[in-house]
Amino acid sequence: MIEGLAEILTFPFMQRAMIAGLLVALMAGLLGVFIVQRGLSFLGHGLAHAAFGGAALGLLIGVSQPLWVALVFTLAAALGIAFVHERTRLSGDTAVGIFTAVSVALGVLFIGLRRDYGVDVWSLLFGSILGIGAQELIIIASVTILTLLVLVPLWSRLAYATFDNELAQTDGVRVRLLEYVLFALAAVAIVASVSVIGVVLIAAYVVIPAATARLLSRSLFRMTALSIAIGLFSTVVGLFGSFLLDVPSGSTIILTQAALFLLAAVLAPR
Amino acid sequence: MIPPVLHVHHVTVTFNEVEALSDVSFDLAEGEFLAIVGPNGAGKSTLIKVALGLITPQRGHAALFGEDAGRHPERIGYVPQLKTFDRSFPATALELVVSGLRRVWPGRLRPHERDSALRTLEQVGATHLAKRTLSRLSGGELQRAFLARALVRRPSLVLLDEPATGVDFLAEHDLYDLLERYQTETGATVAMITHDLSAARYHATKVAVLNRQLHGFGPPDEVLCEACLKEAYGHLGHAHGVIVL
Repeated sequence: MIEGLAEILTFPFMQRAMIAGLLVALMAGLLGVFIVQRGLSFLGHGLAHAAFGGAALGLLIGVSQPLWVALVFTLAAALGIAFVHERTRLSGDTAVGIFTAVSVALGVLFIGLRRDYGVDVWSLLFGSILGIGAQELIIIASVTILTLLVLVPLWSRLAYATFDNELAQTDGVRVRLLEYVLFALAAVAIVASVSVIGVVLIAAYVVIPAATARLLSRSLFRMTALSIAIGLFSTVVGLFGSFLLDVPSGSTIILTQAALFLLAAVLAPR
Repeated sequence: MIPPVLHVHHVTVTFNEVEALSDVSFDLAEGEFLAIVGPNGAGKSTLIKVALGLITPQRGHAALFGEDAGRHPERIGYVPQLKTFDRSFPATALELVVSGLRRVWPGRLRPHERDSALRTLEQVGATHLAKRTLSRLSGGELQRAFLARALVRRPSLVLLDEPATGVDFLAEHDLYDLLERYQTETGATVAMITHDLSAARYHATKVAVLNRQLHGFGPPDEVLCEACLKEAYGHLGHAHGVIVL
C-alpha cells in the first residue's frame, strides 16, 4: 500500500498538488487559529468572495494573472472590513457580510460584462489543485514564506490581543496595527489559495482545522500546532483519497477535515 | 522631590460630545490605597484607562511615576473587570499568570517563568488552579488568577477595576487581605474601583468620590460624608448605612 501511495507521488502534477496543498494547510492552519478564536470565522468566507470579485475583474480586463488583481481587491476588502469593525459598533461578521455581498455582486457583474462563462470562472470557484502550474506554486510558496515570516514573530502579541485587547494594550501591544496585519495577511493567503482549492472551499480550510484543534486544546500554543497538523494531515489524506477514488481533490480534503472535526466534537471533553 | 505615583491634572474626557470626566485633578502618593467610588456611568473605568494610557484625555493629562501614562507598563499590575474577557479562550491559569510576567502571550513556558507564576499563585492561595483552564474557574477563582497575573511582575502600582464584582463575601474579604499584605511587603500603591462603600471605608487610605467631576478626595472619614455622597450620587440610598457605621 505504501508503495502504491509512493507511486502516486511520482507523477509531477501530484507532487505540485501535494506541495501546494501542504503550503496552504500551513498558512490557513496558522491564520485560522486567530480568525476562529476572534469569532471571525466568516472572514475567510468573506475574503474568498472578495478574491472572486477581484479575479473576475482581472478576467474582465484581460490581465495574464487575474490573481494579482484579486490580491489588490481582497486586500482592499480586508482593510475595509478591519476599518468598519474598528470604527463602528457593528460585529466583525456584520462587516464581513456587507463586504461579501458587495464582492459577489461585483464579481457577478464583471463576469456578466465579459459575457463568457468559461473554464476560468469554474476553476476560480472550485479550484484546480491537480492542474496547478510551476508559476502558481512559486506564488504560493512566496506567500507562505511571507506569512510565516510575519506571523511567527508576532504570534505572542497576536495571541495576547486575541485573549484581551485591553490587557494587551496596557502592556504596549499595538492591537490596532496587529488587526490590520492579520486581516491583510489573511487576504494575501486566501488569494494565493484560491487557485489551489477555489473560493468555495478556502473558507473551510481556514476554519475547520482551527475549530477542530480548539476542541482538543487546553492552550493556544497547542491549538496552533494542532491546527497546522490537522490541515497537513487532511491535505495528504484528501489528495491520496481523491486520486484513488477519482473524485475532486478539494472536496476530499475538506471532507477529511470535516470528518476529523466530527470525531473531535464527539470525543473532546466538554 | 519624589513625584506622586499617580498625578491626574485637570483631566477632561469626552465621548460623542458627552463628558465622561470633567476637570478631574488629584495626586496619589506612594503606599496609598485609593478606592474610587461613584454611581454607574460616573467615569470610574475611564479614569483608570486614562491612568493606563489607554485613553488620551481631550484636556489635561495623567502621569505615572512622574512620566506620561502608558510609559511604564512593567511597573503596573492591572486587574480588569472580569466580565469583559472571553472565557472560551484556551488557556490555563498558569499561562494567564505567565502572560503577566512576559507581557505577551506565552507559547512554551520557561522553567523560571513557571516557578515565578506558581509562587505568585501560592501567595494568592490558588496553586491548585494552575493547570485548570479558564473556562473551568469560578468567579472567585478567576479573580485570584487575574490578581496573581497582576502581582507576578511585582508592580509598584496595582490598578483594579471592580475586582469584587461577582464574587462572594469570603472571596472579597480574601482579596482585600491579599492586597493589604502585598502593600505591606512591597510598599506598593493600590487604586481600586468599587461600588462597596464599606470596603472603601475600611480598607482604603484615600477615597475619590466621582461622578464625572471629582466630588471628594481624601481620607475615608472625611470624604464618605453624607453631603459629599449626596452630591455625587444624587441620593444616599443604601450608602446611608455606611456613613453612620
